[in-house]
Amino acid sequence: MGIGIRIENLRKVYDTPPPSAARGGGFSFTAQRSAGPKEKKKKFEVVALDGISLEMRAGEVFGLLGPNGAGKSTTIGVLTTRTRPTGGRAFIGEYDVWQQQVKAKRLIGVVPQRPNLDFALTAREVLLFHGAYFGQSKHERERRSDELLAQFQLTDRADHMVRNFSGGMMQRISIARAMMHDPEVLFLDEPSAGLDPQTRLMLWEIVRSYNKLGKTIVLTTHYMDEADSLCGRLAIIDHGRIICQGTPAELKASIPGGYLLRLRFNHVPESLAAELKNLPGVTDVKVQAQGAVDVYADRGGPLIGPIVNAAQALNAELNDVHIAEPSLETLFLHQTGRSLRD
Amino acid sequence: MNWKTFYALLSRDGHVARRNLMPMLLQNLLQPLLLTFVFGRVMTSSGMMHAEYKSLLLPGVMAISMVLAGVQGVAMPLITEFQFTREIEDRLLAPIEIGWLAVEKIAAGMMQALVAGLVVIPAAWLTMGSGVHLTLQPVLFVIVLLLVALFASAGGLALGCSVGQTQIGLMFSLVLAPMMMFGCAYYPWSFLKAFPVLQYAVLINPLVYASEGLRGTLTNTDHINTYIVIGALTAINILLLVVGLKKFHQKAVS
Repeated sequence: MGIGIRIENLRKVYDTPPPSAARGGGFSFTAQRSAGPKEKKKKFEVVALDGISLEMRAGEVFGLLGPNGAGKSTTIGVLTTRTRPTGGRAFIGEYDVWQQQVKAKRLIGVVPQRPNLDFALTAREVLLFHGAYFGQSKHERERRSDELLAQFQLTDRADHMVRNFSGGMMQRISIARAMMHDPEVLFLDEPSAGLDPQTRLMLWEIVRSYNKLGKTIVLTTHYMDEADSLCGRLAIIDHGRIICQGTPAELKASIPGGYLLRLRFNHVPESLAAELKNLPGVTDVKVQAQGAVDVYADRGGPLIGPIVNAAQALNAELNDVHIAEPSLETLFLHQTGRSLRD
Repeated sequence: MNWKTFYALLSRDGHVARRNLMPMLLQNLLQPLLLTFVFGRVMTSSGMMHAEYKSLLLPGVMAISMVLAGVQGVAMPLITEFQFTREIEDRLLAPIEIGWLAVEKIAAGMMQALVAGLVVIPAAWLTMGSGVHLTLQPVLFVIVLLLVALFASAGGLALGCSVGQTQIGLMFSLVLAPMMMFGCAYYPWSFLKAFPVLQYAVLINPLVYASEGLRGTLTNTDHINTYIVIGALTAINILLLVVGLKKFHQKAVS
């Protein structure tokens, strides 16, 4: 038996600046309400979530993908009772997250974007007290903390104060803590930010094996490869809205043509886009600012020759080419017109 | 209400308090004890002050020590835990209503304040030497002591949830220092008779009731009527609890 998650038309408007990205930090600056002429002081208002509806199925690894400030962390914040929704509802299993907080909290484990460890404790104590908060018996929490410390390769540092830990070690103990009470749903907010490649692979392995136990996992990331290799399904969020969702394969298949050729010309004559669109295999052409043109096509390299010829015929010079294979990155670009790291 | 979780939260605070016992005792006790020594021992044995001053001073030092314990035990940890690191988050995610976490903080703070207050009696006795006359009214003393402990702790909660990390210095110089100086800790309230405006202005200072209440129930010196003290402390405590819990909720959820 696993626990699913349902989000119905969730809205979050911050009227004060959100405290930090450690929770509820994602927000967009686009939907700011303009002050009316009669308003003396401009009211701070930021729409972080603009009516999000989502369903995360029991036992799946679900990814929330989007750039910084898209609303990922706010979504996690609401689902983990740390952020009060302005409108809409969210359910963990059958429990309304805001109305039945204690019941919802029992089902979830949370790894925040920034480690929020109890700095007054040692690594072992962080786990032991966390287990105690969740009512585990002394024997049970000692057994479980030993297991987790070993699994996360922290046994030799178990009795050191966590405030002296490195960033990667703090992240590992945060994840161990979230798993301590064996939650049905595990939330990981940007879990691999700041981890070295080796620890990142270890984290992926741990997520996969925890998921095999039938647990639901929700993670946010802006690493495409992470989403691609870990998540069963994904939703892409931007400016507090869901842009698209589905399995990574479905989403990638939805990119017209699949390949993306990012071209840069010294100038873009008016007829260039039409000429490019007529080339074999090209499905879409988007002219961007400063001589940049994005071409979606079913092939990559073989198109360069014809593109150069078409450009030369119009006296335009091709200065730069980047070919991206079908990926979530290209999908994001196609959907939003922006790169994930913009 | 989930007692297991509440107890676990309480034992976490107890564990941390035990770990920080020495620095905490030094922070809480050193200043009052030095004051007791200078004013209660040096000044009295030199003849600059009456020997009765010792009995006046002891309850005031006790009240100050309890308030400092509330600030050190509740306000300061809350200020850091609610800051950038959000250390308190793991406890906010514990399966208990978040209001109970604030209640737990108050309970832990009360215990620390009680310890800090009661330790002062033998310690001050030692530094001041003989000449302290205690005439204890046990029932009233316990009531006042508990009210003062609650004041220290609830005040710590309200302060800790209102002050940012960058304002800690200001908190000490703008809130705590005037409160202690005008808290009737080093002199009884009746001594302010010569400054009528001040005498009534200091009545908004809760430390006045703490000092006077302990003075009335622990010694035989000049003091405000103990029943007035109990009423005032009860009212102040209710106010601080309401403000503290509200601020805590605001800080805890974004």
